Amino acid sequence: MDKMPKWADVVLIPLISLLLAAILSALVILGIGEDPVAAVKLMVQGALGSTYGWGYTLYYATNFMFTGLAVAVAAHAGLFNIGGEGQAMLGGLGVALVCLLIPWPHWSLALIFAALGAGIFGAAWAAIPAYLQAKRGSHIVITTIMFNFIAAAVLNYVLVNVLRPEGSMDPATARFPEAVHLPSLHELLAPIGISFSKSAPANVSLLVAVGACLFVWLLVWRTPLGYEIRSLGKSEPGARYAGISPVRTVMIAMLISGALAGMMAVNNVMGEAERLVLNATEGAGFIGIAVALMGRNHPFGVFLAAILFGFLYQGGAELALWTSIPRELIVVIQALVILFTGALDNMVRMPLEKIFLAVRKGRS
Amino acid sequence: MTAPAIELKGISKAFGPVQANKDISISVAPGTIHGIIGENGAGKSTLMSILYGFYKADKGQVWIKGQRTAIPDSQAAIAAGIGMVFQHFKLVENFTVLENIVLGAEDSGMLMPSLRRARKELKALEEEYELFVDPDARIDEIGVGMQQRVEILKALYRKAEILILDEPTGVLTPSEADQLFRILDRLRAEGKTIILITHKLREIMEYTDTVSVMRRGEMTATVKTAETSPEHLAELMVGRKVLLRVDKVPARPGAPILEIENLRVVDEVGVERVKGIDLTVRAGEIVGIAGVAGNGQSELLEVLGGMRAGSGSIKLHGTSLPLEGSGADASARRLAHIGHVPEDRQREGLIMDFHAWENVAFGYHRDPAYNSGLLMDNAALRADTAAKMEKFDVRPPDPWLAAKSFSGGNQQKIVVAREIERNPELLLIGQPTRGVDIGAIEFIHKQIVALRDQGKAILLVSVELEEILSLADRVAVMFDGMIMGERPADQTDEKELGLLMAGVAGEAA
Repeated sequence: MDKMPKWADVVLIPLISLLLAAILSALVILGIGEDPVAAVKLMVQGALGSTYGWGYTLYYATNFMFTGLAVAVAAHAGLFNIGGEGQAMLGGLGVALVCLLIPWPHWSLALIFAALGAGIFGAAWAAIPAYLQAKRGSHIVITTIMFNFIAAAVLNYVLVNVLRPEGSMDPATARFPEAVHLPSLHELLAPIGISFSKSAPANVSLLVAVGACLFVWLLVWRTPLGYEIRSLGKSEPGARYAGISPVRTVMIAMLISGALAGMMAVNNVMGEAERLVLNATEGAGFIGIAVALMGRNHPFGVFLAAILFGFLYQGGAELALWTSIPRELIVVIQALVILFTGALDNMVRMPLEKIFLAVRKGRS
Repeated sequence: MTAPAIELKGISKAFGPVQANKDISISVAPGTIHGIIGENGAGKSTLMSILYGFYKADKGQVWIKGQRTAIPDSQAAIAAGIGMVFQHFKLVENFTVLENIVLGAEDSGMLMPSLRRARKELKALEEEYELFVDPDARIDEIGVGMQQRVEILKALYRKAEILILDEPTGVLTPSEADQLFRILDRLRAEGKTIILITHKLREIMEYTDTVSVMRRGEMTATVKTAETSPEHLAELMVGRKVLLRVDKVPARPGAPILEIENLRVVDEVGVERVKGIDLTVRAGEIVGIAGVAGNGQSELLEVLGGMRAGSGSIKLHGTSLPLEGSGADASARRLAHIGHVPEDRQREGLIMDFHAWENVAFGYHRDPAYNSGLLMDNAALRADTAAKMEKFDVRPPDPWLAAKSFSGGNQQKIVVAREIERNPELLLIGQPTRGVDIGAIEFIHKQIVALRDQGKAILLVSVELEEILSLADRVAVMFDGMIMGERPADQTDEKELGLLMAGVAGEAA
């Protein structure tokens, strides 16, 4: 018998955790002499109060969906992929090469192949730690972290020495051709009569991200491969008993995970910057860990958590812009959210379970 | 009349909605061996944990030697003269016997005086109870039977008057078990009180003075052992009449199905676990592998089931099966019609967090019957699960329940249903009834015999000698990776097998 109804597990606990994080954040804001109510108002107004705000919130959320899904898929196989950041950087390289080297007739075709390129580059970057884990037992947490640094160095080298246009002082690629410009939400929604902010970066990649959520859901819960991934994640001796090869399954799960992280580049490199710059990922790979944690590794949870973190990102930027609350405080708030939804999960869970048990006992 | 050594009055304990102990009262006379018997989950361990201060009872009182005693923690239990020998020993492996005995009972900040005093006292204890051990041997260098003696000595060193033993013979060979009971006899003669928790009816019948039966958290009866019978106790345990012996007709072995020649297995750290085994299993027979746990039986099952690599030769129906590489994995074995009920259902045979219906596909998840196109056909799988649950009387018959929510017996029924319903040519089955209640044991044994009578070959590994003797048609005994001898099950007994299990060669036995 489960201790709690399912809705309490997936809805109530995250909500209470969030509330606790919010209360603590409010105290911190109060502590530095600002008004928490005003701050919340500003964040909500800035992130959700206009299509411009929504455009940014959804743009960030798109990034976090990809990286969150990447962490979630690996987690189902029992692997902690902290390398989303590096994999997304390499994904950017894949996007840049696809966009710059081939003259695309239409953005849709370019999008498909850019996503493919990003996926392949991201997967390739995940393949090495995956192989080391599967074959040599090198812990994937350590190797993927190290590969983030290597990715940054590789990208630096490539941007400075290979892809930088002649005469440019900026370690970045040339601007992508106009033909590969991805339609923004403004351009997508205008034909059906909805006006959306022109300057917000949210673009068609959002739909790709939502599609990726759906894909991951099907993969994990509806395919035999997903069944194997979940089995391995729960019990390696069990997997061996069932004829599921741990080596093969670790490789596949990490390739999919890396590909998902890499595909983030379709949004930030192709959809927003339209060229590859240094540090294009802006830490989204790490936010993905928090998103997956909060979303309980379920694609729908990842979807919601990504939007929440998109809100925190955009709202935080607004806060930094209009008040004397420093941007660092936003990081504090994000950290509190991660702390309460992830690390301190049991703090909320245990008392809640007791309450549910007591209520049930009282009824029977 | 002297006061009882221990008296429990109306002990109740609940874990959430589960009532583990319900209004339990017993009284144990000093200088007796009192057995507590019951199925897994009947509440025996909870009761003893309350007595030893691990849990706090919701209601009820503990009286020791006529005194009401509160036992808030194990320190208090020890002070009250209670000693506990756990099923899994609590010894520090790289300490000596002496160091383990002193551990937690040191006199002062310096160790040497304690050790000196302990050595003296240990000598006295040894002579008093004929409990001989080498005080300077390291725990990891002595056998399991010796380790158990250390546990008993630990309790006696702490002045225990009442000794609780939880399933003490689970890891012992028959001769080690005999020695243990001789020691217990001696302790009883010296006036100690012993509480023996076990699920083995034979031990209760042979060694106890009184016996209490527990079922579903309640004490169903306390009787004098001399005035009861195994059948009666089994009935009290299960709540209905049970058939203790496996009901089967003599086997009619046919052609060889599995032929093993010179099979060797080397484990991950380079130790040879199986050292050149030859064994044949024929159609329509059950071959039992007896042996003390850890003598290569597990590795034998695993290599046959495709869970680890080996060398030598195995043939199924005369066709060689690979022992290494991708063709030797468990899915290849399943395609060759080898079913496998693994020794550890919770670690291997089931994914405990998965629903029952997901577990029914475990190992067969790529079977076309469970798939349609790229996706798994979960509806078909659930229907199949419901059918299997009904046929194998899995309770509750709910395919959506997680495997961990079933009792041990019902978990095992799910695994057995999955493997037997595939109609395998060869069934590998390890510890089929470990942690399974008597009612389910009866059912699982029946299913295995039915499979045999359909002309299938069955290789059974069990550390329960009784199970091997009643279920198998032929018994092979493993010791140190080798087969010490083979006997027809109806022409051997526990004594002979016990000698083989201890490594005494077949001819000499």
